Amino acid sequence: MPVNPGDTAWILISSALVMLMTPGVALFYGGMVRRKNVLSTMMMSFAALGLVGLLWVLYGYSLSFGTDIGGIIGRLDYLGLRQVGQEPSPIYASTVPHLAFMIFQAMFAIITVALITGAVVERIRFGALLLFSALWLTLVYCPVAHWVWGDGGWLAKLGALDFAGGTVVHICAGISALALALVLGPRRGFCHGEPMEPNNVPMVMLGAGLLWFGWFGFNAGSALTSNGLAASAFVATNTSAAAAAFTWMVLSWMYRRPTLLGTATGAVAGLVAITPAAGFVSPLMGIPIGMGAAIICYYCMLLRMKLRIDESLDVWAVHGMGGAWGALATGIFASAAVNAAGADGLLMGNVLQLGKQAIGVMAVGAFAFAATWVLGKLVDVTVGLRVGSMEETVGLDISQHGERAYGGLLR
Amino acid sequence: MKKIEAIIREEKLEPVRKSLEANGYFGMTVSEVSGRGRQKGIPLQWRVGEYRVDFLPKIKIEVVVLDDDVPRTLNAITASARTGEMGDGKIFVIPVENAVRVRTGENGENAI
Repeated sequence: MPVNPGDTAWILISSALVMLMTPGVALFYGGMVRRKNVLSTMMMSFAALGLVGLLWVLYGYSLSFGTDIGGIIGRLDYLGLRQVGQEPSPIYASTVPHLAFMIFQAMFAIITVALITGAVVERIRFGALLLFSALWLTLVYCPVAHWVWGDGGWLAKLGALDFAGGTVVHICAGISALALALVLGPRRGFCHGEPMEPNNVPMVMLGAGLLWFGWFGFNAGSALTSNGLAASAFVATNTSAAAAAFTWMVLSWMYRRPTLLGTATGAVAGLVAITPAAGFVSPLMGIPIGMGAAIICYYCMLLRMKLRIDESLDVWAVHGMGGAWGALATGIFASAAVNAAGADGLLMGNVLQLGKQAIGVMAVGAFAFAATWVLGKLVDVTVGLRVGSMEETVGLDISQHGERAYGGLLR
Repeated sequence: MKKIEAIIREEKLEPVRKSLEANGYFGMTVSEVSGRGRQKGIPLQWRVGEYRVDFLPKIKIEVVVLDDDVPRTLNAITASARTGEMGDGKIFVIPVENAVRVRTGENGENAI
């Protein structure tokens, strides 16, 4: 098929939108840690742009989207972007240059690696995190992306639906975050109830705003064409984010006061949950999906705190559980009338789809948890995951990076 | 000479500054400090649930006065900084051995 200019423009813009989400994650996470760890937290996300941006063009794209090997992984036929050029791929996004599809996918891999870092802030060694990230991209992200989106991937063949990465990005990142936090252990003082006060809530809101903005590229861009389906996914995305932000605000208000931190978190939860569903449900289904996401993530967060697990910035609660809800919700609310490439869900009388979604959630969740646990342990026994206690007390900005966020004599 | 260290509510800085000026004391040092007394901390909200902030922001004013002026200075500060609620602050009076004006080298009471 020839290159379609409208589709190509939209995919390139969407790629740029998704790229901006990673600095968005840096701001979102950076505002929530203590002031001595702002830079190190932001650096963990920003470094993913450098690390994953390289590994993806070298071999990551090929492992995910290369010719299928047994439904598990792609062949290395696209190694170093061999055969990935200005002509469309015969298999993926056949109206845009193969390079455009490749770079769109690169942004997804980058942000997924960045998302995990929320679990390990304020105590992980930077070098160990980089090593873990490279291993994780290669051995967890690339296979899972192939299972779900690769031509011949086993979950794709099963018929599990994931429009824009609810399973590949969010469940995968959220469950891996929990496993890595458990391997790493809690921050000093966490178990004694030391308050871990966010240093800059305005920054959190700016990050959430950039995430919301970029998510239009993430979800509407996943239509891979510039058409009605993209518009439908766009509206579903905004509706879910709005419903979840509003619901979280009400929950926070019922508890005591409507916080900005909570409302921003709610928006992200709503965006996570609509991700797998965006192009398979009618736009108004964003309302139940978003409301459900806020309620589920809110109580998962409370549960995580009650269990005294220091999965510090709640990647599991928001991305893992929000993503799982979104995947199941896709099986409930999907309608083949919205997208012929999709399927009918439970509400349209197709019980089977919900089962397929559940298999996707459990398979990816179990694999991500187990593989991350092993990789985390491996990095820990070889190079050591954790900073020394003095380095942790001083803060990672100075001990890991030799710089501080707020200079000047008087602070 | 005595140094008066008054730890007061942030919003009381202006009234206290005015009352010190009315008593003839223009020079003072002001800093932002954190502390706690009987007011204890306040609860703030995290994404879910809450945490306690134990130390609250306060203003510390340091002013050095003549011995004879101590009682009326203390009165001026307490009258202008008081709300009657917990958290109004505290005042400490500390003896001062000497003072020097850097510009002229003047010593003692002439320097304040």
